[in-house]
Amino acid sequence: MNRPLLCLAGLGLAIVYPLAVPNYFVNIGMLVLFTAFIGQSWNLAGGFAGQTSFGHVVFFGTGAYTSTILQVTYGWNPWLAWPVAMIAGAAVGWMIAVLSFRAGLRGSYFALITLAFAEVFRILANSVSFTRGGLGMLIKADQRPLNFQFKDPIWVYYLALALCVVSILIAWQLTRSRFGARLIAVRENEDAARALGIDVFAEKVKVLTLSGAMCAAGGTFYAQKYLYIDPNIAFGVDKSVEMLLVSMVGGAGTTFGPLIGSLALTAINEVTRSLASVVPALKNVQPLSLVVYGIMLVLIVARLPDGLMGMFRRRPHHA
Amino acid sequence: MQDLQIIFAGILNGLLAGGIYVLVAVGLTLIYGVLHIINFAHGSLLMLAMYAVFFLWRLIGIDPYVALPVVVAGAFVFGFVLYRLVIGRFSHGRDENILLITLGLSIVIDNAALLFFGGDTQTIDVPYAGQFVELGAAFLPLPKIISFVVAVLLCAVLGLYMAKSDTGKAIRAVAKERQGARLVGIDVDNIFAVSYGIGIACLGAAACLLMPTYYVTPSSGHAFVLVAFTIVVLGGMGSFIGAAVGGFIIGITESLGGLLLGEQLGQIGISLIFILILLLKPTGLFGSKA
Repeated sequence: MNRPLLCLAGLGLAIVYPLAVPNYFVNIGMLVLFTAFIGQSWNLAGGFAGQTSFGHVVFFGTGAYTSTILQVTYGWNPWLAWPVAMIAGAAVGWMIAVLSFRAGLRGSYFALITLAFAEVFRILANSVSFTRGGLGMLIKADQRPLNFQFKDPIWVYYLALALCVVSILIAWQLTRSRFGARLIAVRENEDAARALGIDVFAEKVKVLTLSGAMCAAGGTFYAQKYLYIDPNIAFGVDKSVEMLLVSMVGGAGTTFGPLIGSLALTAINEVTRSLASVVPALKNVQPLSLVVYGIMLVLIVARLPDGLMGMFRRRPHHA
Repeated sequence: MQDLQIIFAGILNGLLAGGIYVLVAVGLTLIYGVLHIINFAHGSLLMLAMYAVFFLWRLIGIDPYVALPVVVAGAFVFGFVLYRLVIGRFSHGRDENILLITLGLSIVIDNAALLFFGGDTQTIDVPYAGQFVELGAAFLPLPKIISFVVAVLLCAVLGLYMAKSDTGKAIRAVAKERQGARLVGIDVDNIFAVSYGIGIACLGAAACLLMPTYYVTPSSGHAFVLVAFTIVVLGGMGSFIGAAVGGFIIGITESLGGLLLGEQLGQIGISLIFILILLLKPTGLFGSKA
């Protein structure tokens, strides 16, 4: 079966899906798409360009807090605050990239410094007054589309679908543009890429800025969906790990990897949930599925570098 | 004058905490120095050891200090086996892949702990917990002093072991030049597993020393992972003296940060030091080269 047809069929299915299932499953579908979206933002930097980040949540939280503060404290419309949140995420991405890459940090060192940046932001959000510290920020419920709040979960679902489709188009564009090719060259061998005349520093800064903007867009979406954020939600390690996991498990550096990984995570979650209703000892569902996911991460990093995508993809001949 | 006394007490408290940090960081730096693995599972393994100490006390009533030899031996075996079964197989390749594998391990360990032990905070009640020792103007908790002394002693023993024993010499040889070590007949794979085991044994000791004054939850590992990495990066990856000096600096930073900036904002010092060291001098104070 050819690929464009498969994509269209998938998109059609995704559009029809929420009309055919109860709200519970509409919400699950929305989470799959949303996680795929923020996972894709990780994937641009971590997958395509090989800049593994352990602290991507720093962009997510920046976006969530920027739009929420503009809305709650300054009375902005959230739709207007959204692009500002993305600019803020891009700015943080640019700053972290310029600082880290100018210092020549690579590989594990880059991963660790992103973790530390996220931690600094978390502590700051906990301590300064304009974020209301550990109390978190509540967005007043006013369910009108003009307010970026929807009564019917189906609209949140379609918004997540739109975000996910855009993110996949961006990733797809990367696989066929010169910018994407340069990023992959940087990932495979930085020194060789530099020898070919690629401005490695500039490319890495660009991709992290783009990734930061995307992830921040996800932060605003999240805040508008749940109408509440606090420092641990917005800057906690869990979201960073989630973004990394769905990309790695699905296939880092592949167009559909984050979506496949997100589907797999949710599938595992739902299977353990139904297991838990049969075996009462397993009442704690979330940790069990994360145990499974951690094991998958180890196996995939060790044995299947292209993730789940690698299993049903014609492999181009790699060197 | 009052202020100076508070700061003096803060520094002493930081030094005491630093002793245990040194133990945690020495394990991490040993693993890095020999295996060139950045062991992201370090915090999670410490958390696991802390649960071991907790259950030994809760179920059999063994005092955490008395449990030390058992926990250290158990942690060594656990680390040795973990290396042989999991880490050793994947430990060669791109360094961020190894980081991801140890991240995967830490996810598994953290969530398994949450699954089996529940999310509650667990503490140990020891009869000597409330006792204080007066030192100048500072009142210092007795268990912290005991822990500090034991931690320093254990580090000295480990240093001596590394310097004098045959295994210690073999470990240092492998760290310097693994091909050369293989050529002179050292079983390098075994040394890798032993080094990882020793690194984890340090965590076992740290867990025994922490539990009388600290608590454990399945997410305790997170609290230590960044601290341990900060110490090791500050001192220089792979450097023992660096880990020792770094541990005390970080202990004092944390204590004074909490004192001067408050409970919340005080934690920022460690992350900032980490970022600044990575940006300005990634080889650390005593590191050779990155």
